[in-house]
Amino acid sequence: MLEKNKIKLNNIYALLVVVVLAMPLVANNYVLNTFSDVWFYVIVCLGLNIVVGYAGLLDLGYAAFFAVGAYTTAILTTTFGMNFWMTIPFAMLFAAISGVIIGGPTLRLRSDYLAIVTLGFGEIVRLTARNLEITGGASGIYGIERPFFFGIEMNGSIHFYYAFLMLAFLAIFVSFRLQYSRLGRAWQYVREDEDAAEAMGINRVRVKLSAYVIGAVLGGVAGSFFAVKMTAISPETFMFTQSILILLGVVIGGMGKIPGVVCGAFILVLFPEIFRFVGDMRLLAFAVIMLIIMLKRPQGLWPSRLG
Amino acid sequence: MSTLDIFWQQLANGLILGSFYSMVALGYTMVYGIIKLLNFAHGDIYMVGGFVGLIVLSLLSPFLGAGWAGILVAMIISMILVGLLGVLIQRIAYVPMLSAPRLSILITALAVSMVLYNFVMSMTSGEYKAFPVDLGYEGLEFGNVFITYTQIILVSSTATLMLVLHLFISKTMYGKAMRAIAIDQDACRLMGINVKTIIAMTFFVGSALACAAGVMAGVYYGSIHFFMGFLIGLKAFTAAVIGGIGSIPGAVLGGLILGLLEAFGTQLPFIGSEWKDVFAFGILILLLLFKPTGLLGKTEIERM
Repeated sequence: MLEKNKIKLNNIYALLVVVVLAMPLVANNYVLNTFSDVWFYVIVCLGLNIVVGYAGLLDLGYAAFFAVGAYTTAILTTTFGMNFWMTIPFAMLFAAISGVIIGGPTLRLRSDYLAIVTLGFGEIVRLTARNLEITGGASGIYGIERPFFFGIEMNGSIHFYYAFLMLAFLAIFVSFRLQYSRLGRAWQYVREDEDAAEAMGINRVRVKLSAYVIGAVLGGVAGSFFAVKMTAISPETFMFTQSILILLGVVIGGMGKIPGVVCGAFILVLFPEIFRFVGDMRLLAFAVIMLIIMLKRPQGLWPSRLG
Repeated sequence: MSTLDIFWQQLANGLILGSFYSMVALGYTMVYGIIKLLNFAHGDIYMVGGFVGLIVLSLLSPFLGAGWAGILVAMIISMILVGLLGVLIQRIAYVPMLSAPRLSILITALAVSMVLYNFVMSMTSGEYKAFPVDLGYEGLEFGNVFITYTQIILVSSTATLMLVLHLFISKTMYGKAMRAIAIDQDACRLMGINVKTIIAMTFFVGSALACAAGVMAGVYYGSIHFFMGFLIGLKAFTAAVIGGIGSIPGAVLGGLILGLLEAFGTQLPFIGSEWKDVFAFGILILLLLFKPTGLLGKTEIERM
């Protein structure tokens, strides 16, 4: 019975993959752009899910990592004339470094203090980007060149649709592999009971720090692609509300479970699009629905069984 | 201006800024002390307080004018209204979540904050709203240092409110119950204290104080905005942590320290005013790393 269900579920997943791959054949630009956003949020939500869902560390400044990736690519391509693809390793490196800087000293703190510190760091990164010259100050960096992929200039919605889709698949694969790895089990153990985990010989600080760094790298890569898709970035893109939005995506779907987080990313992007007709009130409607979901299903719509 | 003049001027500015922070920090610290909840929506309550004050004031000004009498009455009315809003939020959003995991209630608080903030944003179309007051710019001059009467009245009103709060907490039965609940909720229940009512009362007092700060900010700066709660919420939290979260004198002290640090920080040669928020958050982070209990907080022993 269980085996049969699993085959059924796999069929559904396979069908979904075919649908998303074939979508650009029939969809118009608006739909493609919206879905590129969905895949983008799938990537960042999965990145944050590693920190919040797997390791149980509340991070309210995730947009900072995403900003580091985006600014690294933007600065390296515009100021230093580097090829976009060459900037990705740098974006990953700098995101990882910022993960260590933020995570390293703060991981000893209790959960609510950690939340505030990450929030403070997120704001510091944004304000620094706003005040420095190399990051273009308040107006940000514009005129970021579109990359070439085997001779094709990536300038259409369809190119970024596939780019973000592939990254999303990659993020799902990485999350899936991590979840059942030795490290993934250690994260979940630390999340459930930190002291017991430590007593079992898990190095608490190292395990948490690796969650931060891996989450940061995913965010950084997403940021790089975001920068070339938008061709312009400004500090206001990385506001606190952005971090909160990503966090809500993780939470409403169900922390710690990949299908839940993917579903959360869909709600995050599609809900405001579908409710466009309510105009100004759509964000309010969105906020109210978030609140109701939190009150009625604090574990999320599709929770992890372990939670 | 001589260096000494700048010193006194920044001292005055810092005290005003600091008294706003203190008022908001009090709400954080009271709620945290009693149910260990970091009420993320508190900054937005301050913002809503400003807007409720604006509405009440516009309704009253035909009768009472745009002077201090109108402001005082409007402030008291809006403090009651926003206090009730605080209780309503607590009933709807926090009471059902008290037994849920820590992370869930924090996120619920974030959702409440989003609701308040988006509500005001859609009501005001994201515009600045001018406060209908006319207080003039008269004041006292001490050499080159100039302090307006508005500033003096605002600082003394925050001092009065804090004194009232202090008397309420230390002299009345309700205040005693609040202090007792912060120590041991279950024991209080056994002793016949109505814990639910007292928690609701804490939210009422905290929200009313935030509202008073919101109205005063409107009076002081002349206009209010839906986004004004975010930054002050974060700063007030910083203030509460500086003083030691859960400690009421700590919140006042922390607010004043943060206000003064910011005012003087902008005068340092290498930190311009555009870095002042970075400076404040930097202090918060360093403090949490090296002295998470704050100046007046007690060390919490974690039992397994």
